[in-house]
Amino acid sequence: MPFEWIAALRFLREGRMQSLLIIVGVGVGVAVIVFMSALLSGLQANLVRRTLSSQAHIVLLPAEEVARPQDASGNAAVRLQKQAQRLRSIDQWQTIRDRLQGWPEILAVSPVAAGPAFAVRGDASKAVTLLGIEPERYNQVIALEERLVAGRLRVAAGEAVIGIELAKDLGADVGDKLRISSAQGDAETLTVTGLFDLGNKAVNARNVYVGLRTGQTLLDLVGGVSNIDLALHDLDEAEVVARRIAAETGLIADSWIRTNAQFVTALSSQRVSSNVIRFFVGLSVAFGIASVLVVSVIQRSKEIGILRAMGATRAQMLRIFLLQGGIVGFFGSLLGSALAWCFLLLWQLMARNPDGTPLFVIAFEPALVGIAAGGASLVGILAALLPARRAARLDPVVAIRG
Amino acid sequence: MAEPVLLLDGIRKAYGSAETEFEVLHGIDLRLERGEFAALIGPSGSGKSTLLNLIGLLDRPSRGLLVIDGEDTAALDDTALTRLRGERIGFVFQHHHLIPAFTAEENVAMPLLIARGRPDAAMFARAGELLARVGLGERRHHAANRLSGGQQQRVAIARALAMSPSLVLADEPTGNLDTHSADEVFALLREVNVQLGTSFLIVTHDPRLAGRCDRIIELVDGAIVSDRPNRAGADLRGE
Repeated sequence: MPFEWIAALRFLREGRMQSLLIIVGVGVGVAVIVFMSALLSGLQANLVRRTLSSQAHIVLLPAEEVARPQDASGNAAVRLQKQAQRLRSIDQWQTIRDRLQGWPEILAVSPVAAGPAFAVRGDASKAVTLLGIEPERYNQVIALEERLVAGRLRVAAGEAVIGIELAKDLGADVGDKLRISSAQGDAETLTVTGLFDLGNKAVNARNVYVGLRTGQTLLDLVGGVSNIDLALHDLDEAEVVARRIAAETGLIADSWIRTNAQFVTALSSQRVSSNVIRFFVGLSVAFGIASVLVVSVIQRSKEIGILRAMGATRAQMLRIFLLQGGIVGFFGSLLGSALAWCFLLLWQLMARNPDGTPLFVIAFEPALVGIAAGGASLVGILAALLPARRAARLDPVVAIRG
Repeated sequence: MAEPVLLLDGIRKAYGSAETEFEVLHGIDLRLERGEFAALIGPSGSGKSTLLNLIGLLDRPSRGLLVIDGEDTAALDDTALTRLRGERIGFVFQHHHLIPAFTAEENVAMPLLIARGRPDAAMFARAGELLARVGLGERRHHAANRLSGGQQQRVAIARALAMSPSLVLADEPTGNLDTHSADEVFALLREVNVQLGTSFLIVTHDPRLAGRCDRIIELVDGAIVSDRPNRAGADLRGE
């Protein structure tokens, strides 16, 4: 072990109480930072997951129809009324689907024929959204299959999968029949094959899944699809990818980030405020380390003078005190990580839903310990900069006499 | 004549800025040969400590020539001075000045550790030898602050010898000790001087101690007022 390490460790060991107190101080700071980071990322991941449980990452829609004035000369004063958007198919959707399937960012592509309809059973009649899907593809975008609470995900001809709220409203269960009539007047009687719970009451009450062909027939979209749903490998890229698709295909591409703009803003401001808190906790840890080392330099000025008299250079003295800062930061971060881990365990015991299940699961990532250790050591070294320079600049004549 | 261990020519030292300049040493000429055992005496405030700091390369003279072991120090930067100090000069201070976080052996090995950067078996073997020479072979693993004053000063002497320096500077080495320990420590310095041929420059207030050195240099108000050989001390060499 080099001389500087030996001296740094001995000085810390000798100043027992001081070293212990500052390591505990650093530990508490690191614990707060690690705990907050883990809590926040767990919370946010959970919120995003819940939000996206019934939403595609990107939805592609046909471009809006725009009314053009018949007299293009502009001589006549006309007021253009915005055109009502009818239910239309995406042109060349098979080609687009196959092309997008090849993009590395895109996990899954699922064409959907969706439109408004009524679900009727007995005297009850409910407005619903009819979604004609290809189940294998759709399941990769929205995990419908694992959200089924009864029956199976089967949407062959004459079959439908509905949400638990709609089932309750209509009094229908698996195996029961209901009648779906679209706004176009087409109607068909379908057998309920499965019930889902996507964790969102409105979605559970509105969505009725049928086979793509059934959907196309009922909605008068024969051979067509009203939108294409996409799932991505990386959620955060949604907006960028959506823009690229819009530019290349001329379709409207709505990313979940745009659709949930307020939600995303809330998440990012939450991150900003937590960063501010973490920064200031880090700062106070740094000041703590610096103040202890400043005192230590004063207490050890005689020893510093002797070491200098025995041939220790200014650079060696500098390193001895920088190392002390780094070592305090490192051990503090280990203690802090352990504390944070205890806090997280406690949190998961205490924060529970009314039914006793955990509010949400926080993954304690080992990488976070590594980052904390590296970060705290660096903060320690930076904090030690000022005291270490004082130690290096100490005039040995004054130090020895003092 | 052989190269001297120490050569001072016209050394001046002043403190303060240009207007409020205050000169402490007014042109010191001094030559110390190898193996000399000299006392530096003088009243408080005569500039003894200042001179010792200059010779020990802890401070730089304002003017004049300072040559250690044939090396002119004027051209050296701080790091080079520190290295020269570590290699050629040993210090023994009045207040022992061991480092309490280390054992006796580690304190003695410290100059070697600083110079070489990493510990090795050879430096601890040397530390052990030196401790045995000063009569503390059994206490090598004691913490430095668990030793008595006289023992600490003997450890400090062993430490000063670790690098086999050409010159040992001792500032009131016995000033803090009782008469018995003081005699022991002084005898040890003398023994090292005779056996290893190391030069000594000892600052002291104690005329009894100065009287046992080979040469007595007297400093008054920043100038050498007398520099004479001391027969009594020279005779003691033969003891």
